[in-house]
Amino acid sequence: MQCKIEVVDKPGIFDAVGQGVAKDIFDLRISGAKEVKFIQAYTLEGNLAEGQIISICEELLTDKVAQDYKILLEYPALSERPVRAFAQHIVEITYNSGVMDPVEASVLKGIKDLGITSVNSVKTAKKYIIFGKLSPVQLKTISEKLLYNKLIQHVVSPSLTEGDIKHLPAYNFNLITVDLLGANDAKLLEISKRGQLFLNLNEMRQIKDYFRKIKRNPTDCELETVAQTWSEHCYHKTFRGNIDYKEAEASPKLGNRKIKNLLKSTIMKVTNELKKDWCVSVFKDNSGIIKFDQENNICFKVETHNHPSALEPFGGANTGIGGVIRDSMGTGLGAKPILNSDVFCFAPPDLAFNKVPPGSLHPKRVMKGVVSGVGDYGNKMGIPTVNGAILFHEHFVSNPLVYCGTVGIIPKDKSFKQTNKGDLIVVVGGSTGRDGIHGATFSSGELTHESETVSSGAVQIGNPIEEKKVLDTILQARDQNLYTAITDCGAGGLSSAVGEMGAELGARVDLDKVPLKYSGLSYMEIWISESQERMVISVPLENINKLINIFANENVNAAVIGEFTGSKRLELYYQDNLVCDLDMQFLHEGIPQIAKKAVYIQVKHRKPKIAKKKNFTADLLKLLAHYDICSKEWVVRQYDHEVQGGSIIKPMTGLNNDGPSDASVTKPLFDSDQGIIISNGINFRFGFIDPYWMAASCIDEALRQIISVGGSLRQVAILDNFCWGNPDKPDRLGGLVRAAYGCYDTAKAYGVPFISGKDSFYNEFNLHGKSTSIPGTLLISAISVMDDVNKAVSMYAKGAGNLIYVVGKTCDELGGSHYYDLYKAVGNNVPKVYHEEAKKTFTALNRATEKGLIRAMHDCSDGGLVVALAEVAFSGGLGMEIFLSEVVAQANAKCNEVLLFSESNSRFVVEVEKSKQKEFEKLLKGTSFGLAGCLSAKNNFKIYGLDGKICVDTDINKLKECWKRPLRW
Amino acid sequence: MVKVKVCVLRTAGTNCDQETAAAFKLAGANTQLLHINSLVSGAKALNDFHILALPGGFSYGDDIASGKIFANELRFKLVDSLRKFIKDGKLIIGICNGFQILVKSGLLPGSAELKQDTSLIINDSGKFEDRWVYLMPSGRCVWTKEFKRIIYLPVAHGEGKFITKDKNVLSRLNKNEQIVFHYCDASGKLSGYPDNPNGSTENIAGICDETGRILGLMPHPERHLFSAGHPRNWNLKSKAGDGLQIFKNGADYIKNNF
Repeated sequence: MQCKIEVVDKPGIFDAVGQGVAKDIFDLRISGAKEVKFIQAYTLEGNLAEGQIISICEELLTDKVAQDYKILLEYPALSERPVRAFAQHIVEITYNSGVMDPVEASVLKGIKDLGITSVNSVKTAKKYIIFGKLSPVQLKTISEKLLYNKLIQHVVSPSLTEGDIKHLPAYNFNLITVDLLGANDAKLLEISKRGQLFLNLNEMRQIKDYFRKIKRNPTDCELETVAQTWSEHCYHKTFRGNIDYKEAEASPKLGNRKIKNLLKSTIMKVTNELKKDWCVSVFKDNSGIIKFDQENNICFKVETHNHPSALEPFGGANTGIGGVIRDSMGTGLGAKPILNSDVFCFAPPDLAFNKVPPGSLHPKRVMKGVVSGVGDYGNKMGIPTVNGAILFHEHFVSNPLVYCGTVGIIPKDKSFKQTNKGDLIVVVGGSTGRDGIHGATFSSGELTHESETVSSGAVQIGNPIEEKKVLDTILQARDQNLYTAITDCGAGGLSSAVGEMGAELGARVDLDKVPLKYSGLSYMEIWISESQERMVISVPLENINKLINIFANENVNAAVIGEFTGSKRLELYYQDNLVCDLDMQFLHEGIPQIAKKAVYIQVKHRKPKIAKKKNFTADLLKLLAHYDICSKEWVVRQYDHEVQGGSIIKPMTGLNNDGPSDASVTKPLFDSDQGIIISNGINFRFGFIDPYWMAASCIDEALRQIISVGGSLRQVAILDNFCWGNPDKPDRLGGLVRAAYGCYDTAKAYGVPFISGKDSFYNEFNLHGKSTSIPGTLLISAISVMDDVNKAVSMYAKGAGNLIYVVGKTCDELGGSHYYDLYKAVGNNVPKVYHEEAKKTFTALNRATEKGLIRAMHDCSDGGLVVALAEVAFSGGLGMEIFLSEVVAQANAKCNEVLLFSESNSRFVVEVEKSKQKEFEKLLKGTSFGLAGCLSAKNNFKIYGLDGKICVDTDINKLKECWKRPLRW
Repeated sequence: MVKVKVCVLRTAGTNCDQETAAAFKLAGANTQLLHINSLVSGAKALNDFHILALPGGFSYGDDIASGKIFANELRFKLVDSLRKFIKDGKLIIGICNGFQILVKSGLLPGSAELKQDTSLIINDSGKFEDRWVYLMPSGRCVWTKEFKRIIYLPVAHGEGKFITKDKNVLSRLNKNEQIVFHYCDASGKLSGYPDNPNGSTENIAGICDETGRILGLMPHPERHLFSAGHPRNWNLKSKAGDGLQIFKNGADYIKNNF
């Protein structure tokens, strides 16, 4: 039998969920809804006595202080329910069959803890009662835009109880082969397209050749495995392939060239040439590893999860962060994740609804979903989110960018892995379901307005608590040396994880031994499912019982599914039937090399027409309210940045803890004051002018943030993360090549090696045959080690009377600036990196912080010098007076507009006490710096122009309010 | 002198266990991290410890309601050993999710039949929030002995609004001096959001039982063990953070009474 229990807040208790929905409805500009009431519903199936149901309600499902419950044994159809005097609408949402609902397992456990064993299954639903007059169309809009996502959920039909997931039909084995041998080119392409393999003709032909040689057709599973392994997502075809590059009118000139392996020619080349002895493991493992102290190393990886987040923002971002955390757990023999970093790009949240293409979600919904998806996972895993950035541009409307990064700490002697012949293949963690089929190949194609239906299976649902359980147990098994290698199940699922781990030795897997969420999965679904929270480990036979016990003790699945054989083949069985038998060498090295064409032609942009003016106060206020620049407090506060107890420089700082920090500083060990600095550099606007200088500026930004908090260049490692359009289009690829060379030149000059990276292509949205690319975007993430966290410096003004220096030279570089963006233009004078001079500045400032001479330091980035000055002042609650005549500038940059708004690199605002003036200036000798003004106890914020006349005149409270208002949701 | 033994109890989703253990270690205690399964199975005994610490996190994902499933495990599987533990005069501290567990299991405010008289429900802001808060100590609780000034600790939770079943429960808590911390502003004034980050009744941030030996609080003392972690640390003299004294008080109480 089934019974349904509805739990509702008692009268007088604040219904936060209902109020939140009501607010969101208002944001949709639907005014008819007066109030929303939220009800949590549970449907139980099983043989239950009435007393047991009451006990479940009272002891488990209801908080008796705050909630009431109602039991519906046979509940009436909505239409038969009593209608109140005023209009009300009921929308009830539940998960689709096959989609995992993490709450179900918890409820089942809770019921068992009560001593009740007769409940077979639980289904949860969220019910919203919306009071007020709404048209059917409005109700549909509310439901679809706010209450559910049809990829994973549906509206419960009023009169029926839902079918139970366990009633899914069982699977009967049936081996499927694909006729490749008899297929001509057209047919090959059709097979690729229909199977969502995203393989091109060359690749399909290569596969056909392989099977012709072994005189048989492939099984569906073999074809899928090759497609997953060869996907852009897993193989990085673009970066590893050949590129025929041509350019025109670019500076610096790279010249036309044939590039063999862009990755090795640029990113990896820096690392190879710099040969830093503190680089422990680079570009090999799931994340890059550097030295931390005598006993520990630290690792860092940043991933993207763009396409899934476009379709299902919460789930996409949730599993994005979940995945990169597993990268850390899958590094070496398993690192403990200690902090997260998140960077997002969205379309502006106030974008008009009619500018949102069909099939895409409104950016505000995307942003809210992504933010809560990341928060949910990081917070529940207990990993502090200490660093991040959010940027906005209309071209992200159908394709947001979601970068998630994780740093882990790992003992030195656990930093490497080695699978041995005869080791058992063990899968631990979550069970396997039908979620996330085709994620790897799906992210290797462009999004279209049909993606939400065609690729709906590509969305995974995360369960952070499952992953936390896996982490808790994995670290115990690691410390007892029970396994020899580990990797995570990410894109491609078991197919990638086992394929990678067994690439040298070969592997045999019995697919029917994989623990399943429910019956009915075919052998192929088991093999390529991207169900989350799973790790694969290789375990010597003699350790297996001990290992299984560790997991069993904490209720974590651990199942032996096969063996690393030494046969150099990938052999898969289902109920003793051979379903896949591939040569590992073909799988990993058989992909045909093709040359892609790349062309870069520098675009000349319009300069804005801005009337000459004397007072720039209004521009400053507008800049502070620019979405890129304004306070992200609404986001930051939803992330736990203090868990694990090591946060030193936090994302928000200042007199009221609401100023914007530069880099983060974390103290990962309780018995040592050594710290980790994390920063990031991202600015796609510079890329509109030249991706070369965008890359250079991103690196500079990440590095100057490290300097700002008291770090140095002595031990900085960086990560590249390219999010680009379709690399098969020469213009897109041309920009990418320039960005990669910008990375090489700049990183080499600064002496900072890359240790890991990632690329995400096909970030384009195709509508009616017209394809729009996102702005080519590079994220540089930096990690550094700091000897003593007690020397860390924060960015907010500390004392009235203290001196304000501007360090670094300002150039005539308004191109790509946010100031120009206010006037809807890009310009052409993109900021450059003058690394020789910058290195001197960085070193001198580091010496000054080491000596304790600096009270506050903030780097100049988005919005230029004036925004940095304003942020320093209002975060500290102090007034400021500045004289632009004292700011060091290039000869042609001597005008107020440029000095205030140019986004030139390698510049800082520094606060120094008067008593330290001489010592500070002595240390900075030989660099560009100017004593530009001082702090006052008053609220005035005044800037005097080159002519000595006032050009910005306002007060810090007004500045702060402008900065805080836009995203105060 | 007795060596103070602390059990930091964790389960699926607990995530502040390591820093809580580190806090007790800094306070001079021996700490052991135990999974609840090892107490339920009998592999380990609560009786072997002086202090039970329920750390923060998201036990069982906050599914159904925060702390609920863990609380039921205590009520239905460990109730006898817990009753003995309390009767023996030992100490319990629940931080954040631990406080939610203590409240939902009825161990706080505490009654013979372990009735749930209070609750911690979703914040008035409707979302998880991380921020630093000022706390005014009061009441009679062994964990906050010697606290004479406002302390500064971080909170990070989505369900921290303290409510009581009715006015009687609230006045009983006040009368018995069971309210241990009030949210306040830097000057000690009781003020509204965001100083009171969740909308708690009467700005209540933490309570104890009638004996003063069981403490539950939403803020995280284990996240402020070092002054370097203070958001405005640049001119602080002491190396210790405001949270450390709570753990020292717990350890000292055991040393003086066992």
